[in-house]
Amino acid sequence: MRDVFVIGAGQTPVGEHWHLGLRELGAAAIRAALDDAGIETVDALFAGNMLGGAINGQENLGALLADAAGLLPAEAWKVEAACASGGAAVRAAALAVAAGVHDVAVAVGIEKMTDAVAEQVTVGLATASDGDYEASHGMSFVALSALLMRRYMHETGACREDFAPFAVNAHRNAASNANAMFREPISGEDFARSPQVAAPIGVLDAAPVCDGAAAVVVCSREALRPAHRAVRIAAAAAATDTIGLAGRADLLTLGAARRSAEKAFAASGFAPQDCDLFEAHDAFTIITALSLEACGFAPRGEALKRAAHGCFARGGCIPLSTCGGLKARGHPVGASGAYQVVEATAQLRGEAGANQVAGARVALTQSIGGHGSIAVTHVLEA
Amino acid sequence: MDLPRYHRLTAPYYRLEGRRCKRCGELQFPPREACGACRGRETEPYRFCGRGAVYSFAEVAQAPRGFSGPYLVALVELEEGVRVTAQLTDVDADEVEIGMPVEMVTRRLQEKGPQGYLVYGYKFRPVMSRSRAS
Amino acid sequence: MRASRAVGIAGYGAYVPRLRVRTADISATWRVRGAAAPAVAEKSVPAADEDVVTMAIEAARTALERAGTGLAWIDAIGAIWVGTESKPYAVKPSATIVAEALGITPHVVAADMEFACKAGSEAMQAAVAFVGSSMVEAALAIGMDTAQSKPGDALEYTAGCGGAAYLFAGADEALAVVEASISHVTDTPDFFRREAAHYPEHGGRFTGEPSYFRHTLAASRKLLAEVGSEAKDYAHAVFHQPVPKFVEKAAAELGFTPRQIRTGLVAPRMGNAYAGSSLLGLAAVLDVARPGDRVFFCSYGSGAGSDAFSFRVTERIAERRRGPSVLDYLERRRLVDGYGQYLRLRGKIRRS
Repeated sequence: MRDVFVIGAGQTPVGEHWHLGLRELGAAAIRAALDDAGIETVDALFAGNMLGGAINGQENLGALLADAAGLLPAEAWKVEAACASGGAAVRAAALAVAAGVHDVAVAVGIEKMTDAVAEQVTVGLATASDGDYEASHGMSFVALSALLMRRYMHETGACREDFAPFAVNAHRNAASNANAMFREPISGEDFARSPQVAAPIGVLDAAPVCDGAAAVVVCSREALRPAHRAVRIAAAAAATDTIGLAGRADLLTLGAARRSAEKAFAASGFAPQDCDLFEAHDAFTIITALSLEACGFAPRGEALKRAAHGCFARGGCIPLSTCGGLKARGHPVGASGAYQVVEATAQLRGEAGANQVAGARVALTQSIGGHGSIAVTHVLEA
Repeated sequence: MDLPRYHRLTAPYYRLEGRRCKRCGELQFPPREACGACRGRETEPYRFCGRGAVYSFAEVAQAPRGFSGPYLVALVELEEGVRVTAQLTDVDADEVEIGMPVEMVTRRLQEKGPQGYLVYGYKFRPVMSRSRAS
Repeated sequence: MRASRAVGIAGYGAYVPRLRVRTADISATWRVRGAAAPAVAEKSVPAADEDVVTMAIEAARTALERAGTGLAWIDAIGAIWVGTESKPYAVKPSATIVAEALGITPHVVAADMEFACKAGSEAMQAAVAFVGSSMVEAALAIGMDTAQSKPGDALEYTAGCGGAAYLFAGADEALAVVEASISHVTDTPDFFRREAAHYPEHGGRFTGEPSYFRHTLAASRKLLAEVGSEAKDYAHAVFHQPVPKFVEKAAAELGFTPRQIRTGLVAPRMGNAYAGSSLLGLAAVLDVARPGDRVFFCSYGSGAGSDAFSFRVTERIAERRRGPSVLDYLERRRLVDGYGQYLRLRGKIRRS
């Protein structure tokens, strides 16, 4: 398998883009990434998206975006892995290049959630869960996270407020990210007072409904040019776990996240302590905590204690959500995995501005779907 | 209206029927074609007794379309050791605790509109008193 | 009427929802100050996830559990009828859903029955006939209702929710044997609902003497004559319960004492459960009846008619009381927060 490099990264701001549809968002991110790579076209396009069919009445996004972005007649198809679709699209592009099938490919993560009313979005998000044994029983996506959070609090003795550092950190970093949806910092008090959505999940525990697209161009060593500010994909891995939470061997272990991280670390030769930053799947503060534990940044049940010590904040031992994360940069669900790679790339290129992690050399990104039923992990190296 | 889909789900929905692996004895709910423990392909129907305890719970305030909130959802650990996700019923939010004993009842899960199909299935409620149990 | 072989009740189960609404709250919206107090203080209300099907399933499960040795009955049951006037589907049987939930399909006779408040006892007559003719070994008869009532109408103060299920089998399996039964019907339009109407219509005072009393008394007298017994021979008497006053009056006319009707009179605590009413009263009696007790039963359904039964309790009753009793259901009680919440639960608030 060949080495794979990220040579271009592009994104649209995350927000409520009433005037931009799937075509416009996708084409904008793709063209920005191609321009960043200094190239006109690619051999293949992989479009990561979750809700195109459920909300926008549009599937076949590979063809749609190849058409919209001027990339016909490239190989192009949609990659779907619930909220990990963006990460899975990057993996698909990297696999194609690593296998020697293509020399240059673009992966775009794209989501257009605001075309539907809240109830319909909730139905769409629930398609990530077990349709017959969770969604059809009225489990909303938020409710499933609430089940995890309440059990975590029960087993560890933690209280709601102990989760605040993740949200506070994310919003602080988003304030200096021009592409982030939320630009105002929040305090621990704001977090404690936030209205309950599905107790114990409050408004500030959860990522927002929004639109956005992010894209990365990957290529083989042979296709590298001196002008490329290339970042190497040191390793990538994906794994699955039971589709429903009820089937998990240990409810509070994200088995797929752990397995994919272990495999990625093993393949890359890096260990958790080598990482300079972690773009975790912080869709909910509880998922952040469980991801940290799954990837080896804290023992089971200890993530909140470490968070309280500032371990995961700017300047801490492993900075999280360095550009705002899913929480504050935003979580256009199928796009987030691509945003993570775009942001990690900026960090490793030293181009993250006010959010720069000093001397960042190794970055971990992890995109999770369906409360841990699928996880895609990338290790990137400067 | 998803009529064929819900028709297929009759046994698990109405009778909490899962599967038992003939090879290793592992019980599973929902039913799967293959055993989750040993990957064996020979399984037989198994009806769970319906008694269990609350493993975790949450209150849904913003209900998905087709549901009318607020309502309680839970992970219930059945006596047989298998967990199932379901709504709780006949109980108020402030009465629920992790560890609370519950029993399965059959209730309306969904109404596909006033002219539409009714989906019945399992929910769990606090165990009812049985003052004259012999 | 007597079947060709002796039959009886092998198991029984009740159901009453947990929620209650105070009739004083209904009164406060519709009536003038100083109006007469409602006939019952509170009535049972179904939760948003309950209906005749869900309640029938629970009552039937209890009936099977009480009949003992669980699974053998699954193969023995050859018929199931659900009698109700609040079917979830106007067209599609509730009985098949109940049958599937119990696991007794596919070789069962199954249907829903309608005869206003006597649809449940109608099912009992059919069960007695199918078992008594040896066509089937066992049959389930269920009477259950969540009947609607027009907002502000007199019936809204009493229309409650609940019912019971009876598993009939041969007398050698019975906790109570059927001595005989009678049906007495005429075409009397005291209360009815057209297909597309949400709420029923009724004839006010016409529902009394020419309707409830005429049929209840005629059927009861005919049964007593057929069996050759008098009111005093019975430990308990159960009647259909539109309001407590009607039961007290009919009982007195037939010579039953207040003591005899007390146990089976559930309406004061939950209102009128329509097709479930007399069956619930019978279940309440069976919860306390002793071997050798005779139990008198007479239902009433508008339209109109009555089914009267004479039962004799056997020594098996003592071992057939596993599961929640009628009192357990009546004591399981949570007040709905006022008339508005009640209207919302019963779908009486127009949203489009």
